[in-house]
Amino acid sequence: MSMQIKPILAALHRHKAGTVLIALQIALTLAIVCNAMFIIQQRLAHLSEPTGVDEANLLVISNHWASQMSPQQTDAQIRADLTALRQLPSVRDASPSDGYPLSGGNWDNFIMRTPDQLTPTTDASVYMGDEHMLDTLGVKLVAGRNFNAAEVMQMAPRQVVIPPVVIVTQALADHLFPDGSALGKPIYSMSATPSTIIGIVERLQRQGVTTWNKPYAYESLLWPLRQDGSYYIVRAKPGQLADAMREAPKALYAQSRMRIIDSKDGGSYPQIRERAYDSDRGMAILMGIISVVLLAITAAGIVGLTSFWVGQRRKQIGVRRALGATRGDILNYFLTENLLIGIGGVLFGAVLAIGINLWMVTQFEMARLSLAYVAVGVVALLLLGQGAVLGPALRASHVSPVEATRSV
Amino acid sequence: MFAYYLQLGFRSLRRNPVLTALMVMAIGFGVAASMITYSVFRAVSGNPIPNKSVQLYTPQIDGWGPQQNVKGEPAAALSYTDAMALMRAHQASRQTLLYGVNMSMLPGGSHSLPVAVNGYAVYGDFFPMFEVPFLYGSGWSAADDNGRAAAVVLSEEFNQKLFDGANSVGREITLDGHDYRIVGVARHWDPKPRFFALFNRSGFQDPTDLYLPFTRALDMQVSPTSNSCRGHLNFLGWDDWLRSNCVWATSWVELDSTAEVARYRKFLEDYAKDQQRAGRFAWTPNVRLRDVMQWLDYQKVVPPESRISLIVSLGFFAICLINTIGLLLAKFLRRAGEIGVRRALGASRGEIYAQYLIEAATVGLAGGVLGLLLTAVGISGVSLLFRPEIAHLAQLDFSLVGLTLLVAVFATMAAAFYPAWRAAQVQPAWQLKSN
Repeated sequence: MSMQIKPILAALHRHKAGTVLIALQIALTLAIVCNAMFIIQQRLAHLSEPTGVDEANLLVISNHWASQMSPQQTDAQIRADLTALRQLPSVRDASPSDGYPLSGGNWDNFIMRTPDQLTPTTDASVYMGDEHMLDTLGVKLVAGRNFNAAEVMQMAPRQVVIPPVVIVTQALADHLFPDGSALGKPIYSMSATPSTIIGIVERLQRQGVTTWNKPYAYESLLWPLRQDGSYYIVRAKPGQLADAMREAPKALYAQSRMRIIDSKDGGSYPQIRERAYDSDRGMAILMGIISVVLLAITAAGIVGLTSFWVGQRRKQIGVRRALGATRGDILNYFLTENLLIGIGGVLFGAVLAIGINLWMVTQFEMARLSLAYVAVGVVALLLLGQGAVLGPALRASHVSPVEATRSV
Repeated sequence: MFAYYLQLGFRSLRRNPVLTALMVMAIGFGVAASMITYSVFRAVSGNPIPNKSVQLYTPQIDGWGPQQNVKGEPAAALSYTDAMALMRAHQASRQTLLYGVNMSMLPGGSHSLPVAVNGYAVYGDFFPMFEVPFLYGSGWSAADDNGRAAAVVLSEEFNQKLFDGANSVGREITLDGHDYRIVGVARHWDPKPRFFALFNRSGFQDPTDLYLPFTRALDMQVSPTSNSCRGHLNFLGWDDWLRSNCVWATSWVELDSTAEVARYRKFLEDYAKDQQRAGRFAWTPNVRLRDVMQWLDYQKVVPPESRISLIVSLGFFAICLINTIGLLLAKFLRRAGEIGVRRALGASRGEIYAQYLIEAATVGLAGGVLGLLLTAVGISGVSLLFRPEIAHLAQLDFSLVGLTLLVAVFATMAAAFYPAWRAAQVQPAWQLKSN
């Protein structure tokens, strides 16, 4: 840069207030935009986590009984419902269940490695279904085998049944048996009765995905249990989800009218995702809007104040031009001046951005801000400053040397 | 003079249209972002029962012990055993237990499709304790609690749905296949957050349909919507489950003086000590007694999203104000010549200062009006940003309109302190000379 920085600094010294204001604005903008972008990234990452199930073809039906039945009657009704669902032309398979991935947290149990352990090893989301559960969800079995029909047990309300066999997710297997020896091992789920791991599925998201669930992400287990089912999970044949969504409730009501199908629970996966992640999505949108408006306002502020400086200094610019300074020199002067202010601002802003993040970490269980965000933010704000100052600087460079001779 | 300055101020809005528009937009956006997020925050962090929040307490008793409790804190609900013990001891002027229920009913007789209804199983004291207003009838008595009466109180909204708002007291409805006699219809009552039923719930659920006696609900084996257990689970049915360490019942007591609060706290400690002596608890007493606001705070009812967005919006507003300081400085000092002439003609520094502050106030007012429009737009679109049950709590009411305008005007005047001071410092001689 051919410009000398000293005279610029000397000039800035005479505009202390304006300089400080622009630098402060850049600093605060950097601090907020960095954190906002980081929040957006975190939220988007959270809401795009895969569930591991065949989301495109799944339908979840929330089913509650409206008449009092004995456990035997309920079980018979559930079996009849399942037969009816599986016979629908649009349906590939169906299973009863106590919950579904992203439902918001229905059933989870502490898991121990020994029967008399008091402090749990981990916490698993509990799925209860029959031998059709794996095929219905579309989860991939990576080791061992599926349940067979004979293993499926019945569970009455307020009754604890611990099936002797269990299928766990890879994440749960790895947590319990880090050496990879999970298959064939017993686990204890709030009981002294063991459940032996007979299969491992690649991935099955928990029912809840809130902050509380984070340490146990993807740690789920499946038990061969038919219980006073609150859900039916239906897997449609490819491309026939809409048909299945229309046919399934009709088929169920044809089996028995005394049930309540809750339209605000379950549904197709796009609907389920929308409910499960609504606050994440809202947060990302809000942070996005604030960042865009903030950058626009900061840019406009720089344009406004620099334009004022150019107006104030027309005479001096004229004198410099008359003394031989080229248009490029004048342009460079204002660009460099802005760059100097910008650098001051982003240095302070970077510290502030990290400070705000550290405070948010303590207050809101947020992750640490990656320095890459600060680096990108620094470059972006310096470029924004240069872009904003370009207009006024160009106007300054067009000030005619004649100005030097004018008195006003 | 004030009116004249105000007039000057409005006139000068048009003088530097670009600079002025920039300032008005900065203030408008800043104040709108703050007000939209504040309206949500205000709704979720407010006191749901301001008259009685310091008289209502919820006791907690640690029945799980240090190895299984929630990071040293007792569970957020009580087990059946502890809940009933507190109820029987009757150590408060009013007390209730409660839990959330989901039931079914046939709204149009036996030929209609069943619908889900939600409500709470409560004791008769619930209604006077929480000051539930009644449209028709009333709650039920302690005798009804003890007699396990098949009574029910409907909410105004549910009564509207079922009986078109008519006085339904004395009629019967069938819940889960059993008949209940309507004894009262509550006038619209839905405190937000729903402080009394926060166990495993956000506090912003759908409106309540009905309330029925706790004792009757247990007789009918109506399950709670949520329960949490520790250790080995061995129950084979309802009675086993009742006796287990599973927690699901919330207790509330009304205590009218600090002496009573202290006495009740002592009672809880003594109860836990008795349990320890009896061998039921293998740990020293671990009890809590929190009032409404302490309970809301402990249960972290305000969603972190609401707090973060309010903080970020306030930061955004601060930047807008810094922006405004810079632009006001530019706008005022551009008129240094004019100020010089006025000073030379005898205007005091104070007068210049007042004039420019008032001019800034007009900018603030214009920003406030824009902010108000943006706030209205934002609140109608707030369901995009927050979950629906929280979004619909945000309302543009009279106080928010007033606050928006006040904040805009006063914040802009605060931003103008320095620029106006600079304007007042203009040396008349200098300006006149250079002209």
